[in-house]
Parts: sequence; C-alpha cells; structure tokens
Amino acid sequence: MDFQTGFFYLFAAVLLFAAYRVVTARNPVHAVLYLMLAFSQASALWLLLKAEFLGITLVLVYLGAVMVLFLFVVMMLDINMDGLRQGFWKHFPLAALLGGVVAAELIAVLWAGFPTIATGAAVAPAPVSNTHALGVLLYTEYLYPIQVAAVILLVAMVAAIALTLRQRKDSKAINPGDQVKVRASDRLVVVPMAATARTAPDTTPAEEGKA
Amino acid sequence: MSSTLTLGHFLAVGAVLFAISVVGIFLNRKNLIVLLMAIELMLLAVNMNFVAFSHFLGDMHGQVFVFFILTVAAAESAIGLAILVLLFRNRASISVEELNRLKG
Repeated sequence: MDFQTGFFYLFAAVLLFAAYRVVTARNPVHAVLYLMLAFSQASALWLLLKAEFLGITLVLVYLGAVMVLFLFVVMMLDINMDGLRQGFWKHFPLAALLGGVVAAELIAVLWAGFPTIATGAAVAPAPVSNTHALGVLLYTEYLYPIQVAAVILLVAMVAAIALTLRQRKDSKAINPGDQVKVRASDRLVVVPMAATARTAPDTTPAEEGKA
Repeated sequence: MSSTLTLGHFLAVGAVLFAISVVGIFLNRKNLIVLLMAIELMLLAVNMNFVAFSHFLGDMHGQVFVFFILTVAAAESAIGLAILVLLFRNRASISVEELNRLKG
C-alpha cells in the first residue's frame, strides 16, 4: 500500500465519520462544524485526484463562505432542539435499511459498470497545470454557461436580500419615486380668504389710547 | 508513481456519502437546517463522482461541471438560509411540520 492509498483511506474514513456526525449531532452548531470537516476532507480527496483548482475552491468558497453563512444563521436562531429531536430514533431502522439499499445499489452499478476504467491506468496528466486547463476550457468552450452562472449568483443575491429585508419603523428613509412624482399643488395650497378679518384687533389700540 | 487506487474506491466513497445523507434526511425530517446540510452532503457526493470520473477518464469537462454545481449549490444554500431566517421570524420555529399555512 503506497502513500496515496493510505491517505485515501484516512481521508475517506474521516469524511464518512464527519458526514455521519452531521446528520446525527444533537447540537446544530456541532453539525455545521462537522460539515466543515467533511468538506475539508473532500477537498483533500480531490487533491489526490489531481483536481487542485477545485480542491482549493472548495476550501475557499465552501469552508470560507457558505459554511460561515450556515454557522451565522444557526447561531442567530434560537432553536428549540427538544421538539425537533422527538421521534429521532423511531425511524432509524427504516432509514438505515433505505440507506443501505441506496449505497449497495450505487456501489454495485458504479463499480461493476466501469470495469475497464477501474482497472486501466489513469490517463497521463496534461502538460499544463490543472488551473490553466480548467481556465482555458471555462473561458472558451463554456463562456456562455459561465455568464449564466454569474447571473444565477446575482439573482440569488437579490432574492436573499429581498426576502430578508425588513422596513424599520423609525427609519427616516425617503422614497425617491414619491419625490419625483410630487407636484406644486401637493405641497402648497392657497386658501382664498376675505380681506376683512382684522376687525377685532382694531378695537384694542383705540381703548388703550383712551386710557 | 503507480498508485493502487482505482475509480471504484472513489465511487464507493461517493455512494456511501450519498447514502448517509439520505439517512440524514429521514432522521431529521423536522429540522430544516439539518435538511439543508444533508442536501449539501448529497451535492458533495455527486461532485466526488464527477471529479473521480474526470481524473480517470482524462477529461476536463467533468471538472467544469463540478464548477457549475458548486455555483448552483452556493445560490441554493443562500436562498434556503434566507427562507429559513424568514420562517423563524414569522413562526419562531424551524420545524417542517409547521409549514402548513398553505394547506387548504
């Protein structure tokens, strides 16, 4: 057993253990931390497969951004776990049976379906680096799909902000649309009045002059 | 540098990872946030298969596909967490069983 195989078994064992703890952890914060461990082990496995760019992207994007987002939300919410954990182990036999069936089927189909690839040697590595090859492919053949992916990210950002934006009661923000639509008659009203309204003040100065 | 690793090793890891997340969805039917995490694990298992095939077939297109899956997964988790925050704000709970307001 060479180095790579040994590291493969180490990373795979830690990955599967972390995945198991993600779905069974009592505390959701622990579940998120185990999920981070699982992603880091998956990144190491991808490095074994010589997919360096994707392995590092997984660490940067998933461990650095998405998992922190998860952790932030989990810590912000005050979750009552006792109600959510009721009947947790009641369905475990059924779930374990289904999971075993899914795993057995997948392994049987995938392992037995590609015998020539599994036994054959890996293709010789490209003369350029993995990042170079991926970049050339992304910006030539997959140019339009990557633009669509960028638009998807933009739409997700707008949707997430629009969903969680809340109007504060004490906010003094103004609505620009209302300001543009305003007319002079909305702001200033000229009230026509009679010109003989100052009769009452006229009497008092006269009385003061007498005294 | 001849490694004894075969495609089957990585496919087996991906399959077991997928099965664990299926079990997790069954066990955590009520907890929305663990459901989201199980979905992330499923996507990771799929990505593992893509990268393994890409390596053993010598084809870079599989890795490009993983790139797009990561993009969509990030968008999905961002919107999912936004909906989760909104749900918690309105119902003070994240139980899936309370998501029945649309029921006639």
